[in-house]
Amino acid sequence: MSPMSRFVFGGSGPALAMALGFLLLLMTATGAADNQPIDPASGSAAKLTASSVAESSMPGPVADAGADVANDIAASAAPEPAKNLMAEAEASEPDLDPETGSEPDLTATFDERVSELTETSFKVKEAAAQAIADSGDARAIPLLKALLAGDLYYRTADDRVVYVAPAGSRGWALTDALSGEALGEVGRRDVRKITVNNRMRGALRTAIAALTLASPDPALRLRAAREMVGSDDPSVISAVRGQLAAEDDRQVTEVLALVVAIADLKQPDSDSRLAAIEVLHGNLYPQARNALNALLESEQDPEVLAATKAALDAIDRKRQLNSSIETLFFGLSLGSVLVLAAIGLAITFGVMGVINMAHGELIMIGAYTTYLVQQAMPGLTDWSLLVAVPAAFLVSGAFGVAIERTVIRFLYGRPLETLLATFGISLILQQLVRTTISAQNVVVQNPSWMSGSLQLNPGLALTYNRLYILLFALIVFALLLLVLKRTALGLQVRAVSQNRAMARAMGVHSARVDALTFGLGAGIAGVAGVALSQLTNVGPNMGQAYIIDSFMVVVFGGVGNLWGTLVAGMTLGVANKLMEPWAGAVLAKILVLVFIILFIQKRPRGLFPQRGRAAAD
Amino acid sequence: MISIPSFKPLLLSAGIALGLTASLSGFAEDAAPAVDPADDETIKVGVLHSLSGTMAISETTLKDTVLMLIEEQNEKGGVLGKKLEAVVVDPASDWPLFAEKARELLQKDKVAAVFGCWTSVSRKSVLPVFEELNGLLFYPVQYEGEESSKNVFYTGAAPNQQAIPAVDYLKDELGVERWVLAGTDYVYPRTTNKILEAYLKQNGVAEEDIMINYTPFGHSDWQSIVADIKKFGSEGKKTAVVSTINGDANVPFYKELGNQGISAEDIPVIAFSVGEEELSGIDTGPLVGHLAAWNYFMSVPTDENDAFIETWHGFIDDSNRVTNDPMEAHKIGFDLWVQAVEKAGTTDTDAVENAIIGLTTSNLSGGTAKMLPNHHITKPVLIGEIQDDGQFAIVYQTEEAVPGDAWSDYLEGSKDLIADWTDPINCGNYNTKTKKCLGSEQAAKE
Repeated sequence: MSPMSRFVFGGSGPALAMALGFLLLLMTATGAADNQPIDPASGSAAKLTASSVAESSMPGPVADAGADVANDIAASAAPEPAKNLMAEAEASEPDLDPETGSEPDLTATFDERVSELTETSFKVKEAAAQAIADSGDARAIPLLKALLAGDLYYRTADDRVVYVAPAGSRGWALTDALSGEALGEVGRRDVRKITVNNRMRGALRTAIAALTLASPDPALRLRAAREMVGSDDPSVISAVRGQLAAEDDRQVTEVLALVVAIADLKQPDSDSRLAAIEVLHGNLYPQARNALNALLESEQDPEVLAATKAALDAIDRKRQLNSSIETLFFGLSLGSVLVLAAIGLAITFGVMGVINMAHGELIMIGAYTTYLVQQAMPGLTDWSLLVAVPAAFLVSGAFGVAIERTVIRFLYGRPLETLLATFGISLILQQLVRTTISAQNVVVQNPSWMSGSLQLNPGLALTYNRLYILLFALIVFALLLLVLKRTALGLQVRAVSQNRAMARAMGVHSARVDALTFGLGAGIAGVAGVALSQLTNVGPNMGQAYIIDSFMVVVFGGVGNLWGTLVAGMTLGVANKLMEPWAGAVLAKILVLVFIILFIQKRPRGLFPQRGRAAAD
Repeated sequence: MISIPSFKPLLLSAGIALGLTASLSGFAEDAAPAVDPADDETIKVGVLHSLSGTMAISETTLKDTVLMLIEEQNEKGGVLGKKLEAVVVDPASDWPLFAEKARELLQKDKVAAVFGCWTSVSRKSVLPVFEELNGLLFYPVQYEGEESSKNVFYTGAAPNQQAIPAVDYLKDELGVERWVLAGTDYVYPRTTNKILEAYLKQNGVAEEDIMINYTPFGHSDWQSIVADIKKFGSEGKKTAVVSTINGDANVPFYKELGNQGISAEDIPVIAFSVGEEELSGIDTGPLVGHLAAWNYFMSVPTDENDAFIETWHGFIDDSNRVTNDPMEAHKIGFDLWVQAVEKAGTTDTDAVENAIIGLTTSNLSGGTAKMLPNHHITKPVLIGEIQDDGQFAIVYQTEEAVPGDAWSDYLEGSKDLIADWTDPINCGNYNTKTKKCLGSEQAAKE
């Protein structure tokens, strides 16, 4: 207790002695009030402690005088009922003024409740927040919202609750949470955040929902209503019933009806239960299903029981459908990542026949380009990807052209040497990134439009980042197909890859075409890197994770066939995701690999083998 | 003439190349430079942490921590009147390479002690080397227990100092009834989950209320696993995820949780391997409220901690860097080692091993860490919730420091075992029923 008292009283000598003496006497008095014998030994020992503490902080005689004063005051205060004060002494902030030291009562004002938020105990804070919510004060909603969002602070100097806004480079601008008065700027160390825990967060959300249920904004009402689904608090339900009668928004009505229906499953008369089941029939909110399942166990009335079963069946059918759509989506999205990673390789390996072990590193360079673009345009994360896509294409493409001109062109027709050389290049590129940027992963931001998910129905949501990347993969594929089939470069690429001598005889500059083709494949790898940076960690080693998958997809699809790559990537993705639920992530990957090995035994040229003379070489 | 090569050589060569990738990547680059070894009158200290690869996210900081501690000690005049000298090697997140590098440190550099390893698989990989060459390893990370070596001091938490209290907190404070045990596929998560599963079942949790899931290192496609967790958690009972996911796979995992809209109030995730350092790589906005159990948080409000953070910021010259639990463990381990060397008057392994048992030092959360005879230390258990600034708000703390238990009381094979490296037992796996020391061979079979 004594260090705490010293802390509270800031070391002022007489006050300290007074305080201690006072407290000790009060505690003794408490003992007396409870009709318990006072142990004289412990009492004197305690007094000894008090005076020794006092002595340590001030010259002797003054201490004695201080203690005397304390005794006098204590004696005069002793007849007071000591119970509350005992509680105070146990609390972390002993308040020694008998007038204001009464226990926090139910009539505490809004301001007092708010100041209780600065306590360290989450229980006290939760009770205070609940009281603030129940107060009906107009300041409650913004205050609770700020508390929930972690924007509510208190000044360490005087425990005043404040809102903060960043000001200057290191400071905060304060606004009093109660009066709205500006309190000037302080350093970040002078304010402390009012922390909330999970329980409190849940309570706050419900409290805010209750307060905003009657808000004029339908979006707010909808959110509030969703928070209340599954609630069995009678006061909440009656509030919802009231709102339901007045509600005119269709979506909100639906959710409110659901809240009421779940509560109505517990009604004593079977007709209202049946009506409630009717509302819940086929409803995809998990709370509806849980409530029906609970009813299934407790229900006696056969008619209601049958209706419950039918409602649950309808829900399960819809869930089944949802889950199939979800698995398909997961598979396609994994497939789109595989396609993106492999499609560049489909050009360099499939069309040119170069085993490029540095393909993964070209992806990595694309991802790092995204990182650098984001560093170059701070605060514009939402737009950075639009810049990063062409930038990554050019940077990785340039690396590709350089690799082709300096190494690969000397090694055409010698696959083993190409393999070793490009493997060396991949190590060089990794080390380049380690030394110039960092051996550690870097943080690539997700633009806000790629976070969150598209809610198709209450049981099915597709995440935006996967959705965009699926679309992106298809667009890249289409563009690449267009380039190969519809442009002069594409024509030359196909000509050179089918018959180099003949193409040269027709006036095609084959060396230039080789460089451009390799650059195109590398550039596409870079673009894939931009997409992957949104899904996975960006680090020097990231390319290694994709090189195996990329070769797998190209080989499975049939070398030299872009459509094969698309179909193979998507197939492998979906197959992987179909197996994952029962085989686990590790085993699913192994099974896919085994399947491909067996498949290649049967059809060595993949799904879509090339036909004709080119294939015969 | 370019031609489309036929498949067999292609596949063969691809196969060779992939094999090469695996075996060569370890050699891809080597360590940070060691301090100039001109002065013979130094005591060498080995630092064995991955500076590249999947674990670099966590381990690089620990290398810097040891360097800082050594610098600090040298400013105080070193140990036994000699300066300390760091020998830093990079095992590159490659487990067999850990053993090679450990051998190099002990045989070539003749270091007095090694501070290192993060994953249990790396510790298991170096263990035989330390036992063979009689070296000293200070291991700073929470681990699965079921081990006590004469040559290793475990300054991180044993399961009874992290996993069990964390589960108790979820069960008693949050009322959790269904459990997802998700982990990376290697020894630490598997053993920890085995202990937790046994513990939960002994506490009356039914088989169908426990879901166990393993993923490879560096896993990045979390869609279906997170969707499964969401389904598992929406069946009425309060559900929590106990995560032993390690390394950088956590980043996409938490991102996916955020994207699929799983908030901490619905399904809290309590992590044993995610600290301040790992969070500094993520936007923590969607993670607010998820939990972590450690024995130290940067937000611990003590003077010792403030001083430590200040020293760290001064050393690393960046006031935005965070501190974390394994850093504290290294600090405690280092303090104890220095004390033991001073007490023994030599850096000789056996003398230091005897001297260190029973020594104490203050930890950063205001208590005392004591080296126990089983080579584990006493630690308080803290549970924190992630805040949007990447820090943890402490929501629970044990009143007293918990002594580390090498052998779990909840597993059939290990509940009768204890470790005690003092006379007369002097054994890492002593069976209290049969009064026999199983010895290292038996332990390997366990």
